Amino acid sequence: MSGTSKSPWIIHYDGSSCNGCDIEVLACLTPMYDVERFGVINTGNPKHADVFLITGAVNERNIGVVKQIYSQMLEPKVVVACGACACSGGIFHDCYNVIGGVDKAIPVDVYVPGCAVRPEALIDAVVAGLGALEEKRAALELASSYEAKELAKAAEQERLAEAASQPLLEEPAKTEEQTDIDINADEEPGE
Amino acid sequence: MVMIKYIAALAFIVLGPFIGAIVQGIDRKITARMQGRVGPPILQPIYDVKKLFAKEDATVNGVMDFYIILALFFAVFAGVIFFMGGNLLLAIFVLTLSTLFVIVAAYSARSPYSDLGAEREALQVMCYEPFMVLMPVAMFLVYGSFEVATTVDIAMPLIVYMPLIFISLIFILTIKLRKSPFDLSTSHHAHQELVKGMTTEMSGKTFAAFEIMEWYETVLFFGLIGMFFVSSAWWSWLVAIGAIIVCYLLEIIIDNNFARVKWQTTLKWSWAITLLLFVANIAILSFI
Repeated sequence: MSGTSKSPWIIHYDGSSCNGCDIEVLACLTPMYDVERFGVINTGNPKHADVFLITGAVNERNIGVVKQIYSQMLEPKVVVACGACACSGGIFHDCYNVIGGVDKAIPVDVYVPGCAVRPEALIDAVVAGLGALEEKRAALELASSYEAKELAKAAEQERLAEAASQPLLEEPAKTEEQTDIDINADEEPGE
Repeated sequence: MVMIKYIAALAFIVLGPFIGAIVQGIDRKITARMQGRVGPPILQPIYDVKKLFAKEDATVNGVMDFYIILALFFAVFAGVIFFMGGNLLLAIFVLTLSTLFVIVAAYSARSPYSDLGAEREALQVMCYEPFMVLMPVAMFLVYGSFEVATTVDIAMPLIVYMPLIFISLIFILTIKLRKSPFDLSTSHHAHQELVKGMTTEMSGKTFAAFEIMEWYETVLFFGLIGMFFVSSAWWSWLVAIGAIIVCYLLEIIIDNNFARVKWQTTLKWSWAITLLLFVANIAILSFI
């Protein structure tokens, strides 16, 4: 199953950039660069997307949005920080409301420098992201494989057995003590 | 003769999705060329679906998966009835049932995007369903039978008797193939104001099943076009294939040259054009 790297669908979100990078992202879809050659589609839907392109810095207002889009995307997924602002906050890094680069909100796989980022660099970044996407897919497949499930089940049973053997000896003793104290406490005012 | 029926049905089940996928790939390639782009490889739709199957399992609710699987099943079932030369009316009703399951699946997500998409799809069903039911009626008036297999036994192809109804069918297919200007419920191209409409909340395997359903539907629609051209002569099959190619190219041209219209316009146009042409066709038939 190598389909993952052949159809990277993207979702594009603009944090707080000057729109320079956004225009370059859209330029990738035009006849000049035509990223659909590689199966790239701009979906606009986090549930269909594999690659998350973010331009601009993360600020107090949009950090929730960025996190939500990321959480709605299904594994395997890759985050590409496009441009200087998305990498580190860029020219806006000193602003009172700017938190910093995208990696302050979500894990970033590929950083693309540039102000504004060049479409060629963006295409390179998506291709670099495909490597990460393929690795994540392989990891996901491994995690869902039979052996991994058996190992996880065995580990879980061991943990449960350990947990069951320990507290049973201690907990009843504790409760008895507590009830004794409680009874005494109730009786004292009466006497 | 009985064997041919089963072979046709099996061919539809096995080869249908591949033909549908390749047609969609060619569609995307031609569309790209029309826009001055290179375009994706022909097998891109297959890569897309392969990728969707490798995605993490996560759905809004389990019911949605079930409805989409039912939609896929009934789309295949409709195709099997059609390609076995069975009852055209039944095939069309089963196909509508498949679309209804997609609508219910979209509603089950309870998301504003897929809710609106489902409403629009329901409206589209309302736009084309009167014609889709009347078409077999016209065929019955000509051949005295609803059986698709009758077309192969008679020397005169349907197009000779029902040219206006064929034009209506092409109009309706633009809606059924969810192509612009009627891609109201969900769009194949860049996202629209409803993001992806009905399919917004579908992901991974569920969305893959929806895509495969569209491939089967495409092949079934090709069958509907071909039905108008085949007759008892062997070369009529070549004419039918030629007609299918020409009609699909026409659909691609329409898709790329028209902006999306509102649902009100879709409803008015589809009812006015298809019903007028139907009545005119029937009137002419009654005089001959």
